[in-house]
Amino acid sequence: MRRRERQLGALYALPLSVFLGLTFLAPILLVAGFSMMPEKVFDLAHMPDFSAYRTVLAQGYWKSVAWSLVLAALATLILLAVCWPLAYAMAKVFRRFTLVLTIGVVMTLFVSENIRLFGWVLTLMKGGLIEGYVRHWTGIGFDAPLYNVPVIVFGLVYVYLPFMLFPLAQGISMVPDDARQAAFDLGATRWQILREIELPLAMPGIMVGSLLSFVLAAGAMAESKLLGGRAVITIADEVQTAFTYGQNWPLGSALAMVLIAIIGTLAIWAISKADLDAMMGRKS
Amino acid sequence: MSDASPILRINALTKTFDDFTALHGIDLDVAEGEFLAIVGPSGSGKTTLIRLLVGMDDPTDGAIWLRDQRIDVIPANRRPTCMVFQSLALFPHRTVGQNIEFPLKLRGVAAKARKDRALELLDLLRLPRDYYAKRIQQCSGGEKQRVALARALAFDPEILFFDEPLSALDYRLRKTLEKELKDLHRRTGKTFIYITHSLEEAMVMSDRIAIMRAGRFEQIAPAEEIYARPVSPFVAEFMGEVNFLPLRAGMVAGAALSSAAQAALAGQGGTLVLRPESLRLNPQAADLTLTGTVAAAYLLGSRMQYRIDSPAGELTVEVLREDAVAGGIGAPVTLGCDLAALHLIAEARDAAA
Repeated sequence: MRRRERQLGALYALPLSVFLGLTFLAPILLVAGFSMMPEKVFDLAHMPDFSAYRTVLAQGYWKSVAWSLVLAALATLILLAVCWPLAYAMAKVFRRFTLVLTIGVVMTLFVSENIRLFGWVLTLMKGGLIEGYVRHWTGIGFDAPLYNVPVIVFGLVYVYLPFMLFPLAQGISMVPDDARQAAFDLGATRWQILREIELPLAMPGIMVGSLLSFVLAAGAMAESKLLGGRAVITIADEVQTAFTYGQNWPLGSALAMVLIAIIGTLAIWAISKADLDAMMGRKS
Repeated sequence: MSDASPILRINALTKTFDDFTALHGIDLDVAEGEFLAIVGPSGSGKTTLIRLLVGMDDPTDGAIWLRDQRIDVIPANRRPTCMVFQSLALFPHRTVGQNIEFPLKLRGVAAKARKDRALELLDLLRLPRDYYAKRIQQCSGGEKQRVALARALAFDPEILFFDEPLSALDYRLRKTLEKELKDLHRRTGKTFIYITHSLEEAMVMSDRIAIMRAGRFEQIAPAEEIYARPVSPFVAEFMGEVNFLPLRAGMVAGAALSSAAQAALAGQGGTLVLRPESLRLNPQAADLTLTGTVAAAYLLGSRMQYRIDSPAGELTVEVLREDAVAGGIGAPVTLGCDLAALHLIAEARDAAA
């Protein structure tokens, strides 16, 4: 009976599995294939020569990779710090207000990322919403806080907040109240409870939120282009340039493969290191 | 309770939630090294009381003193007491050893000393030493119970509180752990305050029982005293099956009293409390005698319990199996008891209850 149920389950899952496999794997395989082609070709009917990878290494693209990873790491850390109290309140303190907050945060996703970022440009630009009003009322103007690294990080934090907030709230909700109370009863301070009980038990949520935020932020480019004014060039920006202005699909593919390899390795390493079942005490 | 000054003193402790009063200005003294069980039905205020005692909640009024120190104004994490939770509240992400060492780690005790103490406590709780590295999920219910106790003892509290820690366990394990807890109390000499709704648990383990009802202590005394001399019909019923016989001007309707009983009860009124095992079937001589017929019979292992219809009302009798009634349901019987088995709850108390 159970064997038959398993067979049926596998059968039902087959069409979607094939679809997901094709739509996930096919583009990656295609990009991987192009990355091995000689530069500036537009089909795969050539002998692989890996010249695009040599260009990646020779032309200093590592700086863009490094910027993307540093910006993503910074944004993830800030998101963790910013979202923890809010997620804690959503999971443990707010009651009906959690739903209101959830709807509010989710609604931001209904508007395109680019439009929201343009909104911030209009808000922060010289003569924009903030500087314009301040100058109008006080006569004192100031430079726009745009086109620098901090504002790019701000943009990343703003855009990816939901991807950290909800997994984190889910993780915190899994921390049993009596474990927290028992720790307090045994003499733990608030800080010790956070370190010894809440953070380890909420780790699955922290892991999921951090991975989502980091991976998305590492592949982001709208923030660096719109808010950062290309103060730094991210790797995703380089990929787009190579595919469009550069008309160098193999170089764009090689850069994309480097990004996929780095992020994939980091993600797999993090997941393999973090024994989520053990963290939650589910492993027997 | 000994004459020594109490380790814990509760003065006029009150707790209200909006317009509901959970505790009505209760007082209690607990002696050092005592095992006190606080028993009561659901909603009697025992959980509210223990939450105030351990510092999980603040009283509306009144004070809690631990020796000379007022502790109700101190947060739970700075009180020299700790609690074994109903859920045990073990940390699932930590091993048995790490759970036990937790309070020591918080105090900055060195790793070696922590481990030594954890192993000592494993010995004390009769858990194998190799459990030190075991995951909590690998432990059985009884083992988890012992780990929770070991963790609480590692804290070395002045008073150890228990919030119904055995309630989720099966009957046999509960019976075993009751005795172990009593034994542990004897060996450690600590003051134990144990909240439970199970009278049986309280009677097996405690030196004194405090019976709570609607936010007040109804009676605080050793188990045998509460059982034999309950102060109210509520306490009498709470302590087990009981028969109530109304006493009016020294007379019990439908019962014959010996001259000794008549003299003892002369002119009094209230309710006579009579335990089922104190009634004898067809006695040769008795101070109180009733007649009736067997309405129902129940086998309780080595004992038989009968429901008897009598002129004084429906009565419950419990006898050894060898003293079982011949004739079964409908058989006429005579019931009797000695004067010493009768306990009178006076009219005022009776009315208050």
